[in-house]
Amino acid sequence: MSTLPDPAPIITSTSQAFWDATTEGRFTLQKCDACDLVVWVPRRTCPTCWQENLRTFDASGKGTVYSFTIIRKGSGEWKEVGPYVYAYVELDEGPRVQTNIVGCPVEDVHIGMKVEVEWHETGKGAAIYRFHPAG
Amino acid sequence: MTIRGAAYVAGIYEHPRREIPDRTIFEIHTEVALGALADAGLTMADVDAVFCDSTTGMGAFSLVTHWGLQPTYFDNTETGGSSYLAHVGHAAAAIAAGKCSVALVTLAGKPRSGAGVERMSFMPGPESGFESTWGVSGAPHSYALAAQRHMHEFGTTAEQLAEIKVAASIHAQHNPNALLPYAVTIEDVVNSPMVADPLHRLDCCVVTDGGGALVIVSPEVARSLGRTNAKILGHGEAIKHTNNGRIDLTYTGAVWSGPRAFAEAGVSVKDIDYASIYDSFTITVLQTIEDLGFCEKGKGGAFVSDGALVAPHGILPFNTDGGGLCNNHPSNRGGMTKVIEAVRQLRGEAHPAVQVPDCQVALAHGTGGSLGSRHGSVTVILGQENA
Repeated sequence: MSTLPDPAPIITSTSQAFWDATTEGRFTLQKCDACDLVVWVPRRTCPTCWQENLRTFDASGKGTVYSFTIIRKGSGEWKEVGPYVYAYVELDEGPRVQTNIVGCPVEDVHIGMKVEVEWHETGKGAAIYRFHPAG
Repeated sequence: MTIRGAAYVAGIYEHPRREIPDRTIFEIHTEVALGALADAGLTMADVDAVFCDSTTGMGAFSLVTHWGLQPTYFDNTETGGSSYLAHVGHAAAAIAAGKCSVALVTLAGKPRSGAGVERMSFMPGPESGFESTWGVSGAPHSYALAAQRHMHEFGTTAEQLAEIKVAASIHAQHNPNALLPYAVTIEDVVNSPMVADPLHRLDCCVVTDGGGALVIVSPEVARSLGRTNAKILGHGEAIKHTNNGRIDLTYTGAVWSGPRAFAEAGVSVKDIDYASIYDSFTITVLQTIEDLGFCEKGKGGAFVSDGALVAPHGILPFNTDGGGLCNNHPSNRGGMTKVIEAVRQLRGEAHPAVQVPDCQVALAHGTGGSLGSRHGSVTVILGQENA
């Protein structure tokens, strides 16, 4: 299941710092100093109070499966690698992030499953995050 | 000020074909435009407002050039498959404000034959790098996330979702233009190949070429046409998005667009005689029925069971043309056909086998984009002249 493609993400000047940290194995989040909100996805201004007071911190890399699907057949470079799991993981810090669940048979994945992050180097200035069952 | 009674749907046209390799997208736009104008008893020379999505290039530039029009009003609101319902509301508002009196709304696309050039490319958003990286290549993948969560929270079953496809297929039998004009069973649906758990192939809408058009006119123009027109009673729209990473996959933007439309129309769910409910997938219908208030949240599975959606005598007759699930989903966008079938019902022009008796008030709802991330929800309520 580590046979999934590792595509380079679309990186913008806004998300550059997030993806830079991934090459060091750090999943970073932002928190608003003004209103305490944990923000996802990365941006310059808080989506609740619109201040430029966002501070970056290292997240735990732990979370819970919020929802998932087993994709039977993808397309492009994903065409022959299925079935694979596409999911929302709710991070312990709050945000629900899209990802893949790996490291277990696809039929073992379930809502409520505890998971933790692992990194897949793209070779293009970023590692992408996937999650496996928590040990 | 509201749009209630400020405008009428005077012309409708659904392209009869489902695969059109021999026409360009602009030719299909033209065909459906002329078809809807003829239906209304008007001509292109009467059109003073043009509404279209973003698939024809830069707004309406190419379309009005192609048609030789000089519109006094135009709108290129793009919310995927719900765009055309937004166009209905916006056209009514523009007519109410005196900006125009004959608005033309068109849709055309060729995803089935693939021969036409689809000039649609969107600039990536700030979220794109975090959503396009995980092997998601089709709408079923994203909608499946919503279906899975709904099942988890409310105990919705695959068989209950299948009931929606079954009802649509019963209607499609009477539509000779439908891509899939035959009835299927719950077993057919749950035994069809799994695409993205828990959605099977038959939980998904069809992929068709084609298009459709609407002509929306002022009350003065409507009166001059001497035929039954559908009065626009209300409209509501909303965008539901990922909410700073706190997305709740169990509801749609219909929780906001629905009440806005009902309030403007001055009607409630019990007044709705017929509903066109956007059916990109069975789960789209189930969640929308709950969110519009036809049943309690989480009870959609029970509601759709035992023929509730089957016309003409179900509790909520829906998608009597066979819907996107069996009939037509032109350009991968189902909103246009939703309005068209609602107007047919109000005119009494649906197939006799599925015509709702004395249909006074109809609802059409669109869901464009994805339940798994962000979508535009638009609700339109139409009625007879005296509604």
